[in-house]
Amino acid sequence: MTRTASGTEVPRTTPIVRATLAQAAMELRLLVRSAESLLVPLGIPLGVLVFFSVVDVLPTGGEAPVDFLVPGVLAISVVATGLVAVAIQTAFERKYAVLKRLGGTPLTRGAFLVAKGLSVAALLLVQTVLVVVVAVVGLGWQPGGGLLLAPLLVLLGALTSTALGLLLAGTLRAEATLAATNGLFLVLLVISGVTFEAEALPAPLAALGALLPMGALRNALDSALSGEGLAVEATLVLVAWGLVAVVVGSRRFRWEP
Amino acid sequence: MPEAAPDAAAAPGTAIAIRGLTKRYDRVAAVAGLDLEVAIGETLALLGPNGAGKTTTVECCMGYRIPDEGTVRVLGHDPRRDRALLAPRTGLMLQEGGVYPHAFPEEVLRLFAAYYRAPRDPEELLQRVGLTGSRRTRFRDLSGGQKQRLSLALALIGRPEVVYLDEPTTGLDVAARRSTWELIEELQADGVTVVLTTHLLDEAEQLADRVAIIDRGRLIAQGTLAELTRAEHPRVTFVARPGLELASLSAALAVPVTEPSAGQYLVDADNEPELLVRLSRWLADRGERIEDLHTGTSSLEDVFLRLTADDIEVAP
Repeated sequence: MTRTASGTEVPRTTPIVRATLAQAAMELRLLVRSAESLLVPLGIPLGVLVFFSVVDVLPTGGEAPVDFLVPGVLAISVVATGLVAVAIQTAFERKYAVLKRLGGTPLTRGAFLVAKGLSVAALLLVQTVLVVVVAVVGLGWQPGGGLLLAPLLVLLGALTSTALGLLLAGTLRAEATLAATNGLFLVLLVISGVTFEAEALPAPLAALGALLPMGALRNALDSALSGEGLAVEATLVLVAWGLVAVVVGSRRFRWEP
Repeated sequence: MPEAAPDAAAAPGTAIAIRGLTKRYDRVAAVAGLDLEVAIGETLALLGPNGAGKTTTVECCMGYRIPDEGTVRVLGHDPRRDRALLAPRTGLMLQEGGVYPHAFPEEVLRLFAAYYRAPRDPEELLQRVGLTGSRRTRFRDLSGGQKQRLSLALALIGRPEVVYLDEPTTGLDVAARRSTWELIEELQADGVTVVLTTHLLDEAEQLADRVAIIDRGRLIAQGTLAELTRAEHPRVTFVARPGLELASLSAALAVPVTEPSAGQYLVDADNEPELLVRLSRWLADRGERIEDLHTGTSSLEDVFLRLTADDIEVAP
């Protein structure tokens, strides 16, 4: 409590839960506010799923296109929201001194990061449900297993992607972040085995794809959803990316423009 | 959260204590050995030309910058180490930006209100800064003045004890300026400590209890308005035919008289009736006409221009 000159008692503890939830709601509203910002996280994954399931033009191995596509489309969703959308949004918040201004409020950095994570989680929940509903209802998809493991992997992928997105936003200029994430996203779409079998690629490119977050997440989800259990190697790749992003990000992240 | 004890060194009644503050960017000192104190409930205007170090000083008080030398204490606390304690008690108005470009004034005020335990009513504040008509306009589409006013509202939403206002009325029209001043005067009445950076001298005259003039990172003058303007020599100036006999006039008035530029005369003395009578008589005896007579102390503007003269001269 502190007292102003006119004698009013003003309680000064920070309502951390209320602050974090309000921040998360704001972040979420901003994520979905402009239609163009929803194209990447929602439009592209669903478009890929429906188009390539119905039009069998890509090498998807021996399995039905939808069985092959669901893990990849989930991986696309996670990276599109966690990495691309978060990086671009945060980069411009930094550019326009929003992050600096927040630094002058009682909102802690930890609460700020939790709020970002919550907004990503909320959007991702909608995306995942949409993908699964379209796959099951529209395309007759039936998972071979992984009903517990797959959501955990999506969560891990989301944490890793968000950490990477924040790393880019906090170290590069906003315009560079925009270009880098969009470019990276396109490359990942091609080399991660998410829309067509990675075996169709030159071997070194396929190996590289499997070592990058989208490919690793796709492989781990594929293993889980086809009932083969935990793909240890792919999961470790994801964890490693997440750790690198957190360690480098916590040292290098700049809050000011 | 453990309550950090305020520094024993800070005198009671002091809101902000800055000692020997030096901050360099790429070896260039933006602030060079600044000493400054602001009492609780006081309004200090930090006045200085662009690049004088005003913003850097405020940013050290906010904990945004680590001083290279010296110390800063706000309400007895280190702004960086005790950020968590100070943030709920301070309000900040940045010079520009600081708000989500796609957010609406209404929701940003509500968001900021959620950071504080006992905030002001966002709706009331929205009205006070005249933004009810733009409550659902994206920040990036607001006019410059509207952005300023939202920024002011954000500084006040948490009922701060110390408020930093960086150029609060730059770019505002007359009416908006008046209402901003009224809001600041209400803060003063409520005992809030206000640090105001400005290059508008009338704003400083209107609002400040005390003025600190800084130039090139150094404090070059400080005091109440009365002190600053009294420190200037009281004087009488007049315009007449160039080339009057200064020695004779000085003798007649018994004070020094100079002619700084042709036809502009400066009498270095108080404006006493007796002096004016003698001046008029001396001029009348010689058939000289007086054209423009000014008396009294100098304005804050005179003080400011004299103290920062070097900068004014090099300015294009």
